[in-house]
Amino acid sequence: MTPYIVLSTVLFVIGAVTVLVRRGAIVVFMGIELMLNAANLAFVTFARQHGDLSGQVIAFFVMVVAAAEVVVGLAIIVALFRARRTVSVDDENLLRH
Amino acid sequence: MTPDLASGAMSSAEMILFWVVAPIAVISASALIFARRAVTAAVCLVATMVCLAVLYVALDAPFLAMAQVVVYTGAVMMLFVFVLMLVGVDVSDSARETIRGQRMATIVFGIGLVAVFGGAIFRAVLPAPVGIRQEQSGNNPEHVASMIFADYPFTLELVGVLLIAAALGAVVMTHRTRLTPRRTQRERSKERVRSSQVTPYPAPGVYAGRNATDVPAVDAEGRAIETSVPDAIRARGQARQLTGIAHLEIESAEPPEPDPDAPSRAPEPDPDIPDIPDPDLPDVPDVPDPQVPDPPDPPDPEDAEEGSAT
Repeated sequence: MTPYIVLSTVLFVIGAVTVLVRRGAIVVFMGIELMLNAANLAFVTFARQHGDLSGQVIAFFVMVVAAAEVVVGLAIIVALFRARRTVSVDDENLLRH
Repeated sequence: MTPDLASGAMSSAEMILFWVVAPIAVISASALIFARRAVTAAVCLVATMVCLAVLYVALDAPFLAMAQVVVYTGAVMMLFVFVLMLVGVDVSDSARETIRGQRMATIVFGIGLVAVFGGAIFRAVLPAPVGIRQEQSGNNPEHVASMIFADYPFTLELVGVLLIAAALGAVVMTHRTRLTPRRTQRERSKERVRSSQVTPYPAPGVYAGRNATDVPAVDAEGRAIETSVPDAIRARGQARQLTGIAHLEIESAEPPEPDPDAPSRAPEPDPDIPDIPDPDLPDVPDVPDPQVPDPPDPPDPEDAEEGSAT
């Protein structure tokens, strides 16, 4: 089971680094999705490790929550783009000044 | 149900599958960090999610594998691509660091995260893997469904509320309030009649020697009508100047001998209006006088435009 957990870790770290490095809000959002997927992989792996289907059920709920999150997040990105004509996270600095 | 997968340990076939799929997943996931264009990152993320779906099948979770393909690659990532289309496909990150040392700090953070997780994974003492099928016989979707509806009914209700709230939230976020009253067709038609141009606007390429969309139309005096080129082409800076095209035409093809019977395309001078030299057209050849018995070549619109630009 360890290879699956290692893969899950690697994908999670890639997602986290994406969130921290990239400037475009959409790619940052994709990094969040990748982190959620990595967590799902860990859930499914441990479901098999322990012979308990609860892990798969929780992964299913994570999927649904991620879908809802994507809907709202992309709506925010579209609204931001309409207001500021940019999706770069560096340019959204209205609260700073 | 294959009996060799009954125990939880990874069989050698599963090992081969894992080592084929996992590198693809990791490589395409790293495109999120390194791809310059957001569309590339989105497509690579789709590949990662399909790889994860394959691994879910290997992990005895066929229902989640199907849900992964349908929900993530089918719905979520397509939504991403649609939003990329709205926002602009060409949007690419600048490689410039806005916070000094951020990239270095991120690398250190990533290595630290790997170290923490790796330490936790390899120090953990896991019992022998049980495997799903020892206690759960029958098909996986049925068991997952019975668990969802029997053991987690309240979570299911909460998730339903969350989905409705998300749908409403998306509608509210993207709703645009109309600031000005809607212009009716009647008002538009009245405005059009009062404006200077009642007839349809010229299409691009009229009398310009070419009828491509990026070539402006030529008016009666040989000047380019910039508004005849569609706005999108002008905004992208792809509208052509008429002069370059006129040069090409002259170089490529000898202008045909004018037919004296053919109607002249040049504007006839109005005898009532005195000939006012146009400052925009310094080198326009003289319009032939109708009284001259042997008229010279009628000025071609392209020639006139060429003269106006030089």
